[in-house]
Amino acid sequence: MIEFFNDYILSALILGSIYALGAIGISMIYAILRFAHFAHGDLLTLGAYFAFELVDRFRAHPVISIPIAMVTVAIVAVGIDYAFYRPFRKSRPIIMVIASFGIALMLRSTFQLLWGTDDQYYWSIQPPLESLEPFLVGAKHLYIGGAVIVLISATHYLLAYTRTGKAMRAMSDDPDLARVTGIPTERIVIWTWIVGASLAAAAGVLLGMDTRIKFDMGWNLLLPMFAAAILGGLGRPYGAIAGGMVIGGLEELSTLVIPGDYKSAVAFGVMVLVLIFRPQGIFKGRVL
Amino acid sequence: METAGGLILFLVGFFTLASIASVSTLGLNICWGVTGLFNIGIAGFYAVGAYTSAILTAEPSVPSNPHLGGFELPIPVGWAGAMVMSAAIAWIVGKVCLRLRADYLAIATIGIAEIIRITFRNWGAIAGGSYGIHRIPKPFESWPQPWAEIFFLLLMIAVVVVIYLVIERGINSPWGRVMRAIRENETAAAAAGKDVERMRLQAFVYGSALMGLAGALSAHYLKQFLPEDTEPLTATFLIWVMLIAGGSGNNKGAILGAFVVWGLWTMSEFLTDLLSAEWATRAAYIRVFLIGLLLQVVLQFFSRGIIPEKPPVIRRGETNAVKAEAG
Repeated sequence: MIEFFNDYILSALILGSIYALGAIGISMIYAILRFAHFAHGDLLTLGAYFAFELVDRFRAHPVISIPIAMVTVAIVAVGIDYAFYRPFRKSRPIIMVIASFGIALMLRSTFQLLWGTDDQYYWSIQPPLESLEPFLVGAKHLYIGGAVIVLISATHYLLAYTRTGKAMRAMSDDPDLARVTGIPTERIVIWTWIVGASLAAAAGVLLGMDTRIKFDMGWNLLLPMFAAAILGGLGRPYGAIAGGMVIGGLEELSTLVIPGDYKSAVAFGVMVLVLIFRPQGIFKGRVL
Repeated sequence: METAGGLILFLVGFFTLASIASVSTLGLNICWGVTGLFNIGIAGFYAVGAYTSAILTAEPSVPSNPHLGGFELPIPVGWAGAMVMSAAIAWIVGKVCLRLRADYLAIATIGIAEIIRITFRNWGAIAGGSYGIHRIPKPFESWPQPWAEIFFLLLMIAVVVVIYLVIERGINSPWGRVMRAIRENETAAAAAGKDVERMRLQAFVYGSALMGLAGALSAHYLKQFLPEDTEPLTATFLIWVMLIAGGSGNNKGAILGAFVVWGLWTMSEFLTDLLSAEWATRAAYIRVFLIGLLLQVVLQFFSRGIIPEKPPVIRRGETNAVKAEAG
């Protein structure tokens, strides 16, 4: 049992929470702006690299660098939206998907230009904490777990108790109805980007803490994050969290039966099954 | 004389690659341009086509690098096999995803493309793993240079012309008008009694088959096919930029876009080659960035492309019939 925890459960929890944080943004952007944001994975990478600069130059602790990376990436995302997505608000949403596909490519080539293509690390390999034996839990896992709990709680508070959060949920339920009730839709769109992008940035830093930082780390996570958002029901932030945990868990457990190289096929398989049998997702999201 | 010969070979190579790209672009034009299906898994179908044709036609593999195949079938059989195989995979993907909104198809196609690429890269027994497939026959290869290259180019141009004529005919037939109707207003097309799901599946399968053919053509041109050749940047993204810049919905635009964008891409490589070695690798990323930026500019300011789509011609007889019905 302890071995099973060390080999599978721990990594499933970590991976699942990273997917969850990324999927919240994808899910909300899909519901409110009505398009699949293909550059979302690269916002994760951007966050990871911003934090890397802080760690590398100012010897900041990666955990301290999370909020700074979140703010920076949120600003960048709002800027990208203003320059590249906003002109298409009135056209077919699929045009925004093409634009975001291009943005993803532009971001990735920027990472390669500025930070190269080699793996980067926040810290050297850390041995598991002796005090937690026989569980092989390192300090980084505790940092990641703590950060995830804080971030999810903050997101819950924002969505459930603030005016902005309620307006966001109203808009993701029914944009037209939200508009006629007088919700300032363009301001809510900006807030959607702030929330989605900052959570993505945090997810990127956490992924970097857990493994390494590389220019394609976020892009490779795009498919499982989409799968998580669809599984949870699009426009359902709590569904996205649940979906992320399920996809993360299934991917890690799948290595029991199939070679690890094909892990990304698991997320895809789950997504296809959801699309066939329950396209609205577990939490009854939008089917667009 | 030396340089003139080199220049000719360079130009022949350039036009050959641009012609192969325009086969993909025409395929994408059926999917996206005409029917509005968001297929961003071009690299996947391209890989399926290339590997299928390679397996069917290549010489037996060397023992140090085994892979499936060595059937040494004639090249046209390989091309046909490539189209059938890509079409079959597109049919399965389409069956599942075409009922749903466009974005789902986008996610599904990019997902299937990644899985196909991972499978080919890792499954040595089928596709030679990271070593790929070598010794693929090339039409006219026994001829003296530069004639071998020139005739290969002429063959590619012939392929493009044939595909162009077939698609033109299709688009301007009732079939093409239904496709456009589905793109513009799916509900209205369904209300007019059109089987929307079946028609979209057709467009998706035909388009993907052409992407597979493009993969096969490039495998035979290069005489070897490696997992790197299915890089989504060139196999998927550039094709999209080509179609949108050229004018989606218009076959001439699709072909012109392929040549223009491939020209820009090649010229940007010349510029980066002039830089010092250290900067050359970095400049490669700038090229990619600029292509991404080009797409944004085209989307925002020239969304109809170089040669915009022409609305279908309504012949006089039909107009009168419509008037008679209305009157």
